[in-house]
Amino acid sequence: MLEIKNLVVQIEDNRILNGLDLTVKDGEVAAIMGPNGSGKSTLSYVIAGKEDYEVLDGEILLDGENLLEMDPDARAAAGVFLAFQYPLEIPGVGTMTFLKACLNAQRRARGEDELSTPDFMRAVNGAADKLEINKEMLKRALNVGFSGGEKKRMEILQMALLQPKFCVLDETDSGLDIDALRIVSEGVNALRAQGRSFLVITHYQRLLNHIVPDTVHVMSKGRIVKTGGKELALELEASGYAEYRTSEAA
Amino acid sequence: MADIANLRTNAETGLSKLFETARASFATEEKIAREEAFKFFEATGLPSRRVEAFKYTDLRAAITDAAPPAETPSAEIARSASEAAKGFSGIEAVRLTFVNGHLIEALSDLARVPAGVSVRTLSAALSAGDPLLKSLAPVAQARENPVYQLNAAFMADGALISVEAGAKVETPLHLRFVGTGGNAFSTATRVLVALAEGAELTVLESHEGPDGVAYQPNDALDVTIADGAAFRHTRLNAEGDAAIALSTLSARLGAASHIETVNLVTGAVLSRHQLYLHFAGEEATAVVNGAAMLGHGRLADSTLLADHAAVGGVSREMFKTVIDGDSTGVFQGKIIVRQVAQQTDGKMKSDCLLLSDEGQMMNKPELEIFADDVACGHGATCGAPDEELLFYLRARGLPKAEAESLLVQAFVGEAIEAVTHEDARAALIGTIEAWLKARH
Repeated sequence: MLEIKNLVVQIEDNRILNGLDLTVKDGEVAAIMGPNGSGKSTLSYVIAGKEDYEVLDGEILLDGENLLEMDPDARAAAGVFLAFQYPLEIPGVGTMTFLKACLNAQRRARGEDELSTPDFMRAVNGAADKLEINKEMLKRALNVGFSGGEKKRMEILQMALLQPKFCVLDETDSGLDIDALRIVSEGVNALRAQGRSFLVITHYQRLLNHIVPDTVHVMSKGRIVKTGGKELALELEASGYAEYRTSEAA
Repeated sequence: MADIANLRTNAETGLSKLFETARASFATEEKIAREEAFKFFEATGLPSRRVEAFKYTDLRAAITDAAPPAETPSAEIARSASEAAKGFSGIEAVRLTFVNGHLIEALSDLARVPAGVSVRTLSAALSAGDPLLKSLAPVAQARENPVYQLNAAFMADGALISVEAGAKVETPLHLRFVGTGGNAFSTATRVLVALAEGAELTVLESHEGPDGVAYQPNDALDVTIADGAAFRHTRLNAEGDAAIALSTLSARLGAASHIETVNLVTGAVLSRHQLYLHFAGEEATAVVNGAAMLGHGRLADSTLLADHAAVGGVSREMFKTVIDGDSTGVFQGKIIVRQVAQQTDGKMKSDCLLLSDEGQMMNKPELEIFADDVACGHGATCGAPDEELLFYLRARGLPKAEAESLLVQAFVGEAIEAVTHEDARAALIGTIEAWLKARH
């Protein structure tokens, strides 16, 4: 599904990713853990195509297509979805208007017909019910006045609606209380399927109790330094990141 | 001053000649008022940037020729021009159609004016000495303005609209101004609206005309809103791309009365919309919004004066300017709170979205407060579309142009949301969408 080879990225002369290699298979849920400043969020932005970052080397292939040659919107249409750590508020843009515009833009880019309004409403309402998002929220401007938990649920709603192939969850657990964490995790789990893979970025093992990963990667200083199964997350929870910080210093 | 008066521009000399020709046709009663108005204008001339109120909009430099007043068009020309006008055309309304500044009765719904409303033509009112004429020029400060006085000297046609006490008129009145012709011409219209106590009226006003013709409309709307009455006004300036469009709205607000006026500018190479509000009665409220979509070397000026002269007035002013290419936006807003006007609540805001590196925005907010128990504030912002928001939208699949358009719509939409009349609001949003589509 996704193959990252020797990715080297800098921002304003600061090298953040140093030859990162990562493979996520079809249907796999891969978790990336690592200390602050290890480059996790940078990786998520570079996959989604944020322009502030300069890619010096390497490639990111989604089913063989090089994402680095595509604009962010083309990547979205190709199936990339980034659930933002801090979803943005867009005053004046109605949530439904936004959802419909995004969905139809992606469909147009793929040469598909736009969704009719009744079909669209059905799709949104179905997804919203599962995520316990009430209709009032959908009537408001996107994310404006939403709580942290509501914003994260709105990200998952978008994911459910857009049906992406490759989902990056950037610290989706941050700012969530226990109930919100459960709702969001159930939303993600419901989307797990063949033909769809996930990259779950988190500091804490807590999220991985709810979204159980197939693989866990440890990232440090812009590279993947260790890979294991879900038990690796538990080890990290017990031992902390000290070992990886030392290896950075070495 | 005498020296300056001698250095008259070609346009000023032309205006004097045009006035001299026109005055022969004025009836005695109106002649004096017009002569006074023109005398006032002649003393100042076309205002240049040396005049503080015109610092950013130099009419002396912009108006190089005095365009001749447009004749009443033939029925055929008027009909085809009117049919081509699209502004608010889909909205169920009672229409008064002005072609080249002349009220065309055959294209107007004078026979189906709603109950409680009376409409007379300005020319009939002037020759009959209609008592309603005493409500002309309801705000003193407007009478010190050369653009308004020029209108007073030349006003060729218009209407007097009065609404009976307590009449809540549901069907909007649409003042449709259409310009037509291949050569430069000028128009001067004056519409007077008088709402008696507790009356309610919605007025839509659209201005359209030919591209590539340097025509010069100067339109004035005088509104008197009695106690407890409400006036709602949605205005669209979609003038041709070479027009120099000057306009003034002056309104006198009675106690507990309300005015809502929203102006969208998408047309004219140069436009200046002047608003004079006089809060004469206690606890009057005003929502005054404006939006301008500018490109291709254009300039749009919104100049506002809110004069709070009674207790407890509330005014909300929000202006949004979208600047593309090498265009210029101007906002001048002044809130005066007189000593008697305690508990005034005034908030004024001008925001600008810069879509290019070459554009510019001039903001001049002013507060003059003589009362001590008031809540007044003003703010101005200027900036490019937020890169983070653009990325968020693009990461969801919206191409760059579409993402930018959505942000522009959201930005301008905040000012348009204030339009109470649903169809009028939708029409303005549609106009904005068309502007954005044409841009890409």
